[in-house]
Amino acid sequence: MRNTSATQLLFELSQPGRRGALLPKCDVPVQALASLLPEGAISEQPPQIPELGEPDVVRHFTNLSTLNMSVDTHFYPLGSCTMKYNPKRNEREASLPGLLHLHPYQREETIQGLLALLSELQDMLAEISGLPAVSLQPAAGAHGEWTALMVAAAYFRDRQEKRTKVLAPDSAHGTNPASARMAGFDAVSVKSRANGYVDLDDLRSKLDDQTAVFMITNPSTLGIFDEQIAEIAEMVHTAGGLIYLDGANMNAILGVTRPGDFGADMMHFNPHKTFSGPHGGGGPGAGPICVTETLGAFLPTPVVVRNGEQYAFDGNRPKSIGRVRSFFGNVGVLVRTYCYLRTHGADGLRRVSENAVLNANYLLSQVRHFLPSPQGERCLHEFVASAADIKKERGVSAMDIAKRLLDYGYHAPTVYFPQTVPEAMMIEPTETESKDTLDAFAATLFKITGEADDLLHDAPHSTRISRPNEVQAARKPVLKWSPAASDA
Amino acid sequence: MPYILNTPDEQHAMLEAIGVSSLDDLFTSIPSALRLDRPLEMGPALTEMELSRHMAELAARNQPAGEKVCFLGGGSYDHFIPAVVDAIASRGEYYTSYTPYQPEVSQGNLQAMFEYQTLICQLTAMDVSNASLYDGGSATAEAVLMAMSVTKRSGKVLVLDSVHPEYRQVLETYLENLDTELVTVASANGGDVKNIAVENIAAEIDANTACVVVQSPNFFGCLEDVETLARAAHEKGALLVMVFDPISLGLLKRPGEMDVDIVVAEGQSLGSPMSFGGPYLGIMACRERFVRRLPGRIAGETVDRRGRRCWVLTLQTREQHIRRDKATSNICTNQGLFALRATIYLAAMGPQGLRETSELCLQKAHYAAAELTKSERFTLAFEQPFFQEFVVRDRAGDVEGLMQRACGEGLLAGVPLGRWYDDLSDCFLVTVTEKRTRAEIDRLVRSLSGVSEQAAIPA
Repeated sequence: MRNTSATQLLFELSQPGRRGALLPKCDVPVQALASLLPEGAISEQPPQIPELGEPDVVRHFTNLSTLNMSVDTHFYPLGSCTMKYNPKRNEREASLPGLLHLHPYQREETIQGLLALLSELQDMLAEISGLPAVSLQPAAGAHGEWTALMVAAAYFRDRQEKRTKVLAPDSAHGTNPASARMAGFDAVSVKSRANGYVDLDDLRSKLDDQTAVFMITNPSTLGIFDEQIAEIAEMVHTAGGLIYLDGANMNAILGVTRPGDFGADMMHFNPHKTFSGPHGGGGPGAGPICVTETLGAFLPTPVVVRNGEQYAFDGNRPKSIGRVRSFFGNVGVLVRTYCYLRTHGADGLRRVSENAVLNANYLLSQVRHFLPSPQGERCLHEFVASAADIKKERGVSAMDIAKRLLDYGYHAPTVYFPQTVPEAMMIEPTETESKDTLDAFAATLFKITGEADDLLHDAPHSTRISRPNEVQAARKPVLKWSPAASDA
Repeated sequence: MPYILNTPDEQHAMLEAIGVSSLDDLFTSIPSALRLDRPLEMGPALTEMELSRHMAELAARNQPAGEKVCFLGGGSYDHFIPAVVDAIASRGEYYTSYTPYQPEVSQGNLQAMFEYQTLICQLTAMDVSNASLYDGGSATAEAVLMAMSVTKRSGKVLVLDSVHPEYRQVLETYLENLDTELVTVASANGGDVKNIAVENIAAEIDANTACVVVQSPNFFGCLEDVETLARAAHEKGALLVMVFDPISLGLLKRPGEMDVDIVVAEGQSLGSPMSFGGPYLGIMACRERFVRRLPGRIAGETVDRRGRRCWVLTLQTREQHIRRDKATSNICTNQGLFALRATIYLAAMGPQGLRETSELCLQKAHYAAAELTKSERFTLAFEQPFFQEFVVRDRAGDVEGLMQRACGEGLLAGVPLGRWYDDLSDCFLVTVTEKRTRAEIDRLVRSLSGVSEQAAIPA
């Protein structure tokens, strides 16, 4: 039974004089602070953070946790996010002291086990992507995108070519144009057709000797494979540009086809999606990138290399773009990725994609009769349903339906993305859900479309809060607790 | 496969409902010429028991802190982590959820983000915090991009060479294609003083300088004169970006009291394991007036339709999913789970716990420095006041030999500095956290000094 009264803030629970952690007495001779630090360097009072006891803290955060939906507790068909089951064994393995308590500046001879793991992970990602050179350093997918674009920029600089544009379809993740901009390029949008394919005429008209990179998400955010990809790659390569593959949707094609084989020069993986790294309430993820042999020279430094039986960091890479973050990378996430890949092997990975695609197509077949999908009868790992008809007929929006799903114990799909589909609901079931769950979800969606308009406009009804006033939040931002506001 | 639920019968029924006869038929949209016609080349699949054994073998080939006594620092620290942090953060409701796109079913995460932002403001005395970035290095680079956006100056950025060398390298990469000159201000007075000389820096600030980046305590553990530097920057209309150490703020004056504009930090020391450098937590906070240029996710308070207090992601018009190429950053997620860890950590430590932690670091580091420099072989490289880290100069110039032998005696003794600083090739950085005991420090001293008896000291 949920403890419904437990919604106070930490700061409101604070009691002067209450203590949590106790520290040991100082076991070295204590010197006067004034003899160690200059006048004015010391704060007269410790920071005014709350004073709580350990039981306070545990009950507070345990109760808060019950206000979240999660993969462990609910079906979470959030399109493009690949909310698959997060294996418990990976958590345990990543918590081994021999992996968890390593300092990034330890001597190489004291981390040979970790380096062997990272080296093998590089090899596995190279094999899955068909792109031989790997950097494990980027901290997230968007960070990987930007890193790869920096690699592309360095490559063109090395060739003494000045190219200024990065092209991406209008259905792309917002991170694509934002990353292009941060890497110093102009972002140019390319039209996609109603079926989600790239509009080749539009691409052709924008492709020129200023084009550095064409970024493509394939399978796309509509969950379809753009079968023009070989032609697109040839067009871009002929113009002297590079193809970047946004790997957000790799869950559809593991062991089926490889980006390196269909023309990509660079890509990132989202291990927190495809390889079951937990999403952590919004991070941490990781964004390893794979590139062609030629581009490998420009990857961030360092990379792990094998010298016989010994592993080492190679930091001597004169053409490298340098460092994109401090230390080596999100190693904790990479260890989980390694566990996932070793658990599956080649056959297992292929079955992951087969079942992800099976589940999505099955759900599409159960849903498209009452929520049309602009892409037709088939999809890969996800599909986009549109509530445009219902919106037009009854004023019920994709958002209303999404909110009502919460009442029935389902996390909502991704809504209003891609922006090219009106009233979009992007649904990705993943391979770790059962037919029973998909049947029940489809039946619930159908039931919702028959419910009274007002019931839907006001949904959700059973969650701890109803729809929040987001306009007020943005107009008068309250971004921290303050004592005055609390007293008032 | 262990995580797939569909039985062969169910698969068959589903294929029938779809109207295809095999799983292969689901992939016909992928041209056959592009399909992989062989299995991926990978090791065999491992059962849980086999994986467990394999991972134990890999882990056994490492020598972690705990097995060895850790005196390493430089941005990653072996601080104490109360058990409550792991107990709470390992709840599936937290770590298997995602970015709170549906606030009605994410109030746990959103409230924790709001609490995190408040705690960071309390810790730093700054006005506004975001819900976190990737790590200290990328947060530093994001702070500089933000300063360029706020000041509308993109010609020049000044960074002190006492800022973490890897943060500076990251910054260099971020600025590479942006036509911004990154000027590294060399240590003052040459020689041994890796600490700022305000007049040198003030002279470098011009009308096109966006910001000055300073770290205090700096990479060498020493305190910088942040207030004077802030004044110098502000006189020329530039911002001051400060990299801080969260644990030091149990004791040291807060950045917000020193007229700093944007602060960033590596948040790992607030309750997260060293994990060979990541995942970590990029802390970032700023002045109220810059909030709409702040990158990353931010949680804000509001009310629901029935007037109940609740939390949402807010000010999203800054972000990439709305603004695309006009966004303040391409950053998509925060480091939710690690911001949660920091929140639990600070709640569990409280003001007294944090104060005592930082005092223990300070006292023990000074004890270690005093004991080490009793040996003729060692001197402190810098004279400035320091917090929990200090730079030792080996007069025999054999840092590699020292470190290697100490390692053999079970000690991760220090970080050699030669790889980043040519003039410090005979120096190493020693860090002493609250976890180190006097006995461990004495072992370090014996090991390093014991070696000195055999090595020749130049006259």
